[in-house]
Amino acid sequence: MSQNYGTKRIVTGAHYGLRDWLAQRITAVLMALFTVILLVQVLTASSLDYYSWSGIFSQQWMKTLTFVVIVSLLYHAWVGVRDIWMDYVKPVGIRLTLQVFTLVWLVGCAGWAIQVLWRL
Amino acid sequence: MADNAKTPRPVYRNIHVTDIVSYRLPPAGIVSILHRISGAVLFLLMPFIIWMFDTSVSSEISFDEFTSVFRGDLGWFFKLLALGLIWAYLHHFIAGVRHLIMDATHTVSKEQGHSTAIVTLALSTGLTVVLGAKLFGLY
Repeated sequence: MSQNYGTKRIVTGAHYGLRDWLAQRITAVLMALFTVILLVQVLTASSLDYYSWSGIFSQQWMKTLTFVVIVSLLYHAWVGVRDIWMDYVKPVGIRLTLQVFTLVWLVGCAGWAIQVLWRL
Repeated sequence: MADNAKTPRPVYRNIHVTDIVSYRLPPAGIVSILHRISGAVLFLLMPFIIWMFDTSVSSEISFDEFTSVFRGDLGWFFKLLALGLIWAYLHHFIAGVRHLIMDATHTVSKEQGHSTAIVTLALSTGLTVVLGAKLFGLY
């Protein structure tokens, strides 16, 4: 990269290499653990009506864990979807637009999920 | 030297969209592109996932709304969406664990990549069929 400032500055890209690579893996492990923990609770539940299902999420430790997983998913999906745009979409304007859409979509989804969690 | 210059040298270029159909992918390549596709599916269906979470845990009334959507006239459509989610989640999960194992052990060989790719594909499609049959009430 001879000149990456002023009018030649690259406005989209991945100069975050290792940090995002590592974050994607750590968040993946957290989500995988969450999946196993949720699965165990569902499979050991006596029945799967509204009360036992919502009961799983209303325990404080499960609320906290679910919150961590929502934030993990936000970051994990951001890295992954941004990779897709960087691989296939070359025009900077379209790529930036798609990245902004991705951020809005993900933050919106995470906000909704946290809102649901907080009501429990 | 003169002869050397005349021999056609192999040209490697990026795969073009029109090549995709004729391009033969090894199992590891299939797992890789499906990992990306399943990730994109999960990203796009995220509002549906959260809608299911919202309606299923918020109240008894919303729980009924959640279950009735899968029994109503458009039940088949929501079941198809759920089936897509089940496949995408299973594939992304299993292919992701495969990635983590490769990252953690550093024991990456061509043969190992081939066999773990086949295991990934077999597990994800097998489990999707089993859970899909349950979803559509076949057992």
